[in-house]
Amino acid sequence: MHEMMVAENLLSAISDEAAKRKIKPIGAKISCGKLYAINDEVLCFAFEAIAKDTSCEGLKLQIEHKPIQCRCKKCNETFNADFSGPKCPKCSSEDFELLPDAPLLLEEIEF
Amino acid sequence: MQKVNVAKKILSANEEYAFKNILILTEHKTLCLNMISSPGSGKTTILTRTINELKDQIKIGVIEGDIQTDIDAEKIRATKAPVVQINTDGACHLSAAQVNKALKNLPISELDLIFIENVGNLVCPSAFELGEAGKIVVLSVAEGDDKPAKYPVIFAKSKVLLINKIDLLNAEALVDFDIERVEADARKLNKGIEIFPISAKTGEGITNWYNWLIKSVKKSSV
Repeated sequence: MHEMMVAENLLSAISDEAAKRKIKPIGAKISCGKLYAINDEVLCFAFEAIAKDTSCEGLKLQIEHKPIQCRCKKCNETFNADFSGPKCPKCSSEDFELLPDAPLLLEEIEF
Repeated sequence: MQKVNVAKKILSANEEYAFKNILILTEHKTLCLNMISSPGSGKTTILTRTINELKDQIKIGVIEGDIQTDIDAEKIRATKAPVVQINTDGACHLSAAQVNKALKNLPISELDLIFIENVGNLVCPSAFELGEAGKIVVLSVAEGDDKPAKYPVIFAKSKVLLINKIDLLNAEALVDFDIERVEADARKLNKGIEIFPISAKTGEGITNWYNWLIKSVKKSSV
């Protein structure tokens, strides 16, 4: 449900860019780390709902999820992980730290 | 049709406030812990017991996050600890800006430790940094032992896992809950996580939690 807050922030960022150019945006590409726990369907639905009657009505969102980054505490290797049994690909250690999540970025707008 | 690169951070306002909160807390050498769990896992009971039993050792303040009401803040107020209630009016998590405002209404310079009791929810609050030094995830045995596997993010990001209501495990056949499974699943995601099985009701196991808190407060006051 936190997708609603993300949708509101997105809408205002895209609307600002659209207002500068005075053209209607038709698509936008965003990216975020997996730890943001963004569900594509929920985010698109929330965005569609709040974009109604604005310059962003009908805009198609494309969401790229960046993998979770970890650093091995034994051999210092950084690696991408999923949550189904993460371990270091180099030394197989299961002792790692989570690195900061990739930011939530509005990458590109299509007009 | 044209494509324009924007590369603009969304939610950067939240990050900015989280950073402001870190600065305020560091200035006062006050430890801040963000408590996250499902509704009904016993966060408020853990807090009231902790405040009452550590009264002479640690000065604790609380920021209470709830969708509505100040029921929880009232319970904290009864312990005489300073408390600020935030009502999110439907939002499923606290934001760093709300915490920033709440911090201004707490006597931070007198406090060793501030607990943020987040809105009861195992998913959304984990995505919003508030400027805390660490997250505490609470899981009560009645919720089931599959939670670290099903909601991995919060277990991966937390410093401490409190397994609460272990008194229910003493009554045989009341709850099926395999503590070892939870510990193994949580450690798979987060090897360094501290795990304390406790009962906030009976006090079983709670000294381990207190010892960790006292140690952590000492560390942050240096």
